[in-house]
Amino acid sequence: MSVATAHPAAAPARPPASSARRDGAAQAGPTPPAAVTLAKALNQALADAMAADERVVVFGEDVAELGGVFRVTDGLAARFGESRCFDTPLAEASILGTAIGMAMYGYRPVVEMQFDAFAYPAFEQLVSHLAKMRNRTRGALPTPVVIRIPYGGGIGGVEHHSDSSEGYIAHTPGVHVLTPASVEDAYWLLRSAIASPDPVVFFEPKRLYWSKSRVRLPVTTGPIGTAAVRRPGRDLTLIAYGQSVPIALESAEHARGFGYDLEVLDLRSLVPFDDATVMASVERTGRAIVVHEAAGFAGFGAEIAARVSERCFYRLEAPVLRVTGLDIPYPPPKLEHWHLPSVDRVLDAVERAMAA
Amino acid sequence: MTLLDLPLAATRGNPAAAASYWDTDPLRYLDEHGAPVEGGLRPAPEMLAADRLLAVYRSLRLARAFDTEATALVMQGHLAVYPSSRGQEACQAAAALCLQPQDWLFPTYRDTAALAVRGIDPVEALTLLRGSWHCGYDPKRWRTAPQCTPLATQAPHAVGLALAAKMAGDPVVALCLLGDGATSEGDFHEACNSAGVYQAPVVFLVQNNQYAISVPLRKQTRALSLAGKGAGYGMPGVRVDGNDVIALMHVLDEALERARAGGGPTLIEAVTYRIRPHTNADDAARYRDQGEVELWLSRDPVDRLARYLTATGRLDAGLDAAIGEEGAKYAAAMRERLAEEPHVDPGDMFEHVFAGPTPQLRAQRAMVEAEIAAQSADSSAPTHGEA
Ligand SMILES: Cc1ncc(C[n+]2csc(CCOP(=O)(O)OP(=O)(O)O)c2C)c(N)n1
Ligand SMILES: [Mg+2]
Repeated sequence: MSVATAHPAAAPARPPASSARRDGAAQAGPTPPAAVTLAKALNQALADAMAADERVVVFGEDVAELGGVFRVTDGLAARFGESRCFDTPLAEASILGTAIGMAMYGYRPVVEMQFDAFAYPAFEQLVSHLAKMRNRTRGALPTPVVIRIPYGGGIGGVEHHSDSSEGYIAHTPGVHVLTPASVEDAYWLLRSAIASPDPVVFFEPKRLYWSKSRVRLPVTTGPIGTAAVRRPGRDLTLIAYGQSVPIALESAEHARGFGYDLEVLDLRSLVPFDDATVMASVERTGRAIVVHEAAGFAGFGAEIAARVSERCFYRLEAPVLRVTGLDIPYPPPKLEHWHLPSVDRVLDAVERAMAA
Repeated sequence: MTLLDLPLAATRGNPAAAASYWDTDPLRYLDEHGAPVEGGLRPAPEMLAADRLLAVYRSLRLARAFDTEATALVMQGHLAVYPSSRGQEACQAAAALCLQPQDWLFPTYRDTAALAVRGIDPVEALTLLRGSWHCGYDPKRWRTAPQCTPLATQAPHAVGLALAAKMAGDPVVALCLLGDGATSEGDFHEACNSAGVYQAPVVFLVQNNQYAISVPLRKQTRALSLAGKGAGYGMPGVRVDGNDVIALMHVLDEALERARAGGGPTLIEAVTYRIRPHTNADDAARYRDQGEVELWLSRDPVDRLARYLTATGRLDAGLDAAIGEEGAKYAAAMRERLAEEPHVDPGDMFEHVFAGPTPQLRAQRAMVEAEIAAQSADSSAPTHGEA
């Protein structure tokens, strides 16, 4: 297979062709695997997907030469050529619109939005086209595009660099919404997103980009649409995703000191939503608290609380509580610790729920 | 005082002023009376061959018949809404006729007649406007994207598809249709700019019909020519008489060929006029004068070609009547099929949200199916007091 190295503005490259995925199972080696960051796992997932399927192309702002501002696309242009990984003009609607057009022709575009708040110009393309194209055409024109969006705060970013925009997207029927919290899920969920016949918005928790795990890639975890029980417990279910998962786990550790045994769920997939795992957990514990960074009002946690109340009402020992970001525009970095869900706030909520 | 300095209302009631504003420089082959203009375009001999021009004329008449029938159908309540392209038939026909089968068309809500000329069944083409589904034809089979309503948002798709074809090494061009108002949208700018950077094989055809609903072009832009915007994106911009189908096809052929040969995108502005209101729901008398409409009726694109064909001995009254008869038959078949209540399937709402149903959608579908079952049980129960 020849690999062209020219920017798309140059001559034609080669026709796209699907080829079988080559997921090797993790090989047991004598030495323990080296620590891998979440960002590196994403990078590896992109590289493996591009190697496995010529139709996969990666583009966005600064993704080629620079490797992306978070280096998630590092080395892809060098390895696969600038026809497979290329820089675009600064035009988010056009980036997504171009991806939709390429998907109509049979490609599998993976586009990067540089930061959460800079994805908003692409919102119309997402809502009016990406999410609807399959439906509008009765299945004739699916648009399997993956939009990667680094999201969330806690990294000291100045304004417009710390939004949690998952709620806007999850409210839109027709797109899957995924967000990993572990290195393993980062790899596998991104591979699954790229292989999916449906469009996927892939939210990358930027505060966890540098978190590490000793894992040999490739690795497989759960399928799209399944939540994971990160810590089993009997007394109360903490429901978290993305950056709130480590907060929930830390809270559960502390709560043990007060004699509470908390279960921690990592949703991984906001859409489709894993009602089965969530409700089974709450049926066991009888109490639930949702933790997320986005503003609470009309946020994704409201949906979770409503679903749990509708389905587990007679088993609930306490109202479903939410520990979320405040209902304010994301504050400046010197104030963001007041905004973000903290272990203290989660433990306060646990006290209230357990006292009920 | 230049025309641009006129107060906004000054051209109202003054068709001549409005006309001279719009008619300064578009490329032409035929004048308003169907006679070749001196110093005008010089189309290739193949374009002017009798067979070719008669085929084009048939398409113009088909587009007119389609539009007239659809307008009647919407008045009778058989369509939910219809944005007429009367007066724009040359653009509609040329867009469809210039494409090769492998090329892609990206139409708007106003371009249903172009779909008909492309060969799409009129019932499928009118599915959106009938309200029985969003897109009624198979976009892949017809290499025609679903008609796009959010203004200019289809333009980046055309660029993406063209880029994909170029990367695949396929000789495919994307033709994106837009209105004059849509050129104010950000997506138009982003798409043109990206097309230039990628040298994508895409052609943007702006049908400048002078209005965006009620808003005249002079309220959209201070630019004298929309075609002139091409320069800002590093692409040729061509302003052509949109009621002169020969000139249009000449310009389109040139742009499509250039794109196919790797020469990148082109922006074409076709100067035309929307004879009817924006849609059946619009009242154009609120914002424009009938005199202006009359002026443009005298520039009718279908008549113009007919006069030329007649004057050059390619069309006589007998043939013209026969072609008219074809159009009438086409319209009659449309009426018969579209006057029927369309079949809709509520299952369709759930079937294609994702490749496979989520558990939540499965549950919602079951709810609707139960409601349908209950309804049909009700309606089969005996009723009282009705004959
Ligand atoms: C993004 C967006 N804004 C507003 C509208 C409502 N709208 C529908 S058609 C139209 C006028 C468009 O004018 P133009 O682009 O000149 O096309 P024409 O209707 O004249 O063919 C407007 C404002 C829309 N469809 N999309
Ligand atoms: Mg217009």
